[in-house]
Amino acid sequence: MLPRRSFVVFRSFLSRNYASAPPPHALIFLEHRQGDVDSGSLSALTAASLLGGKVTGLVVGSPEYVPAVVDKVKKLKGLTSLLHSTSDLYAQQLPETLSPLLEKLLSDSEYTHVISTPSSLAKSLLPRVAAKLDVPSVSEITSLEHDSSSNSTTFTRPIYAGNAISTVRLSSSVPIKFFTVRATNFDPAPSEESQEIEVKAVDPVDVPECPVEHISTQLSKSDRPDLSVAGRVVSGGRPLKNAETFASTLNPLADVLGAAVGASRAAVDAGYADNSLQVGQTGKVVAPELYMAIGISGAIQHLAGMKDSKMIVAVNKDPDAPIFQVADVGLVADLYEAVPQIIEKLKQ
Amino acid sequence: MRPSPARLLNILVPVKRAVDYAVKIRVNPQQTGVDLNVKHSMNPFDEIAVEEAVRIRERLPKGSEPINITALTIGPPKSIETLRTALAMGADTAIHVEIPESAPAPEPLGVAKAIRAIIEKHKDKEGVDMVILGKQSIDDDLGQTGQMIAGLLGWGQATYASKIDLNLEQKNAVVTREIDGGLEQVRVKFPMIITTDLRLNEPRYASLPNIMKAKKKPVTKLTPADLGVSFEPQMEILKVTEPPKRVGGAKVESVDELVEKLKAAGFNAV
Repeated sequence: MLPRRSFVVFRSFLSRNYASAPPPHALIFLEHRQGDVDSGSLSALTAASLLGGKVTGLVVGSPEYVPAVVDKVKKLKGLTSLLHSTSDLYAQQLPETLSPLLEKLLSDSEYTHVISTPSSLAKSLLPRVAAKLDVPSVSEITSLEHDSSSNSTTFTRPIYAGNAISTVRLSSSVPIKFFTVRATNFDPAPSEESQEIEVKAVDPVDVPECPVEHISTQLSKSDRPDLSVAGRVVSGGRPLKNAETFASTLNPLADVLGAAVGASRAAVDAGYADNSLQVGQTGKVVAPELYMAIGISGAIQHLAGMKDSKMIVAVNKDPDAPIFQVADVGLVADLYEAVPQIIEKLKQ
Repeated sequence: MRPSPARLLNILVPVKRAVDYAVKIRVNPQQTGVDLNVKHSMNPFDEIAVEEAVRIRERLPKGSEPINITALTIGPPKSIETLRTALAMGADTAIHVEIPESAPAPEPLGVAKAIRAIIEKHKDKEGVDMVILGKQSIDDDLGQTGQMIAGLLGWGQATYASKIDLNLEQKNAVVTREIDGGLEQVRVKFPMIITTDLRLNEPRYASLPNIMKAKKKPVTKLTPADLGVSFEPQMEILKVTEPPKRVGGAKVESVDELVEKLKAAGFNAV
């Protein structure tokens, strides 16, 4: 019995001796909610195109939404074909019901890569599928390069809350390469009205004994721009006392700038803001043109979620707050005095 | 169908020893990794998992059958400290799958296979009802292990849990999950995988008496060969580098100056 280390080398040797490596064929899981295509999926599509091969989109959902989503998605630049699967089973998107469909599409297929945006759904789904197919998955890539001669793909991704960048390669010994794409690093794919691609329906895969049942969902409603893609973000921290004060202090500033609202972990933990507004290592990662940090100290875990913003403005009473080390414009002041004045002067 | 359990519930809590969250991360000069000669602790999300398992026990009605909480880690000899912390917080027993100090950190798929092997070893005895672990480890930030265990075992999963309500009679749990746009509730049948999010609980500090008691709790040592798994990495790390440095630190003296800078950069009122 060969020792395992040699066995892995032997397998790669075999793969490298293929007459020609198969060209990449990516399957991209495109997300949608209530008929709208998720913006992160558009960035993931741009990344998929960089592999230099075919890109097949997959849209899964209920009869109410799939037809309209398919009509929008088939025009997306970068897609070379589109699959869709419709069923009431897919009205609630659960990893346990979606995984069998993906496994069926991927087993004995020519797909070489599986891609999605790192949404809470895709992060829950893709590793489950990857494990069933006995392959690894690379989370939150910030760049990629595919080498067709060696059939290997090299990625960069943040580790240690973005305090280091890891360059990692999956070689030809990994037959299907799963990865999720950090949206702030790839422009969203545009639409091309004249694009004509093959669109095919795929039968849903029934899941007779599903161990999970969806009960209810509470989405935070807002007329504001979506935090993940907004060009301007106003974000608040712990000094904002309570939910009313958080809203009454920051909303007018966000309004005057046309900005989205974000929050630090401390503010969310204390109940001042919904968890969907949390910016940080384990919340949302944003990179807007303008990020205003109001009463946010700048813990490592928060910086991980916003340090790639083009311009960072910080207002904090503590001159030693770490946020000032990354801020382009820092003002040491009491936010309750400064913020109303900033609003007024912006309006002038 | 397994025979009726001697215990009410068997909970497995995988935990990971990682660089402490407060340490300033430095990339080594060879660019092969970060400086690991620094303080390590239990991954904060795994601490939350241990805490939740202990709270599940504390929430059981008086007179209930006992539950068993087993902490598990895959790591070098030093990882025993992480298990002792879990035992001090309230875990009953622990399993240490020991790998050499020099070995690369196991990847999620390898860890998931090891956990599957351990659960299958237990199947004939008492079985595992729940695996609860952190949603991600703060070193690699991969966030996949729980989902992979669920995939390998074909179990239901509830990721990013912020609240867990067990219904032992119905053999399920209602879990509130933090999702992108807000919150969601799902009902998961036993056996299940749960990954913890930040707001599930605030972990306790182990008291000194509990730390002393923990020294007597049993720790089973296993090798990868005992489980028939290999932790051979599939993700080749070519290099580790510093992120682009952000030049900050510029301060202004007044709101007027601040607004001037905003307008100069093109950020006006809409």
